[in-house]
Amino acid sequence: METEEQLEILGNTGISFSEKLKQSDQFPIKTTSIDILQLNISRKCNLACKHCHVEAGPDRGEMMSREILKKCLDILKNSNISTLDITGGSPEMNPHLEWFIHEASKYAKRLIVRTNLVILKEETYRTFIDIYTNHRVEICASLPHFSKEQSDRQRGCGSFEGAIDIIKQLNEKGYGIEGSGLVLDVVHNPVGAYLPGNQKALEHEYKTRLYETYGIHFNTLFCITNMPMGRYLEYLLRTDNFDDYMMELVNAFNPNAAENVMCKNTLSVSWDGTLYNCDFNQMLCLPAKIGQKDNIMDFSPEDFKDKDIVIHNHCFGCTAGSGSSCQGATES
Amino acid sequence: MSDYYEKKDLADFPNIGEYAEAEGEKFFDYYGKATAAGKLSEREKSLIALTVATVQKCPYCIDAYTNKCLSLGVSKEEMMEAVHVGAAMQAGITLAQSTQMRKIIKKKEM
Repeated sequence: METEEQLEILGNTGISFSEKLKQSDQFPIKTTSIDILQLNISRKCNLACKHCHVEAGPDRGEMMSREILKKCLDILKNSNISTLDITGGSPEMNPHLEWFIHEASKYAKRLIVRTNLVILKEETYRTFIDIYTNHRVEICASLPHFSKEQSDRQRGCGSFEGAIDIIKQLNEKGYGIEGSGLVLDVVHNPVGAYLPGNQKALEHEYKTRLYETYGIHFNTLFCITNMPMGRYLEYLLRTDNFDDYMMELVNAFNPNAAENVMCKNTLSVSWDGTLYNCDFNQMLCLPAKIGQKDNIMDFSPEDFKDKDIVIHNHCFGCTAGSGSSCQGATES
Repeated sequence: MSDYYEKKDLADFPNIGEYAEAEGEKFFDYYGKATAAGKLSEREKSLIALTVATVQKCPYCIDAYTNKCLSLGVSKEEMMEAVHVGAAMQAGITLAQSTQMRKIIKKKEM
């Protein structure tokens, strides 16, 4: 579905995120300073998950160029940004990733790669297990459910077993093992039209079940709410769940979660260098308002501070319940 | 009849303390504590709540706790097992009433 159509559907719900923020005296939300530089380096992916807001898949071709990646390195090198968060699609499918990790690991205090795990089964990409280990990359892995049936329903047949096999290999390297310093976090997102539950409770369930059944370990579970956009929006509409889901998000609006939204200290960069307040805005073609500088090639971190964050009704997804961010719930 | 038990009325639940705010506040405090994780997990308590909801035939609670169970990763099989506990309890409770009936029969019959 085209982004204009998505925005029209989100705009015709009779609700308004900006109004909700005004009611709690939180409008407009403004940027503080950049702590997280999040790069979406590839919309290509070996999977085509049903909830994917990027609508990534094997047929996509958008990749961040080496030139843009070099500029990101310059910014990282000459700023106080602590975290570099690399996402996709499947970041491993960008041919510059190996070089980029090697360079970025010199400057980033925290270097995260978001992986679907399954890609690491493929011969071409297997090498990234060692690359991640050698550069002590934090791995943030998608695993929507601890049951094969549920997980495969979202990510495709066989994806769960593939992911479990890779987690076993990562555990052998030390990932997810207490005291190793190698971080393996897992991302849960609901396999259906409902919100994620209590993060701690789900983490306990994941850890217990995955260890008892497969003998695997991980560090932390991040619960991420599915945003009503992209493939997930199409699913909600197709199954007549859209109105109820939006109502649920609105009713669960939490001013504390709105206070802690990650867009305040995150700069999201798309494959072509365009700047956004978050990855969701990126996919809805809602660029950040940072003066005239809308591309990373013209950007310096000082430009970021105290700017109005671009919002729309999908933002209810980040402020519902315990909140949602790329690091999971925003309040315990 | 269509005005009764509308789905959107579930959103009114936080307002049920209206007209009796002090009591309402006490209820929500109690409700919150009783359903939060304690010796039993939030997951276990949600399954109990779902069972009570189906036994008591409360459409709001069935909606709320089915969603909560899904959110906490409870499988549909686990939820159905819980509903069967409720159904079995109801059947048992009904059959247990026959004790009175049987006692009377035994007293009255020659």
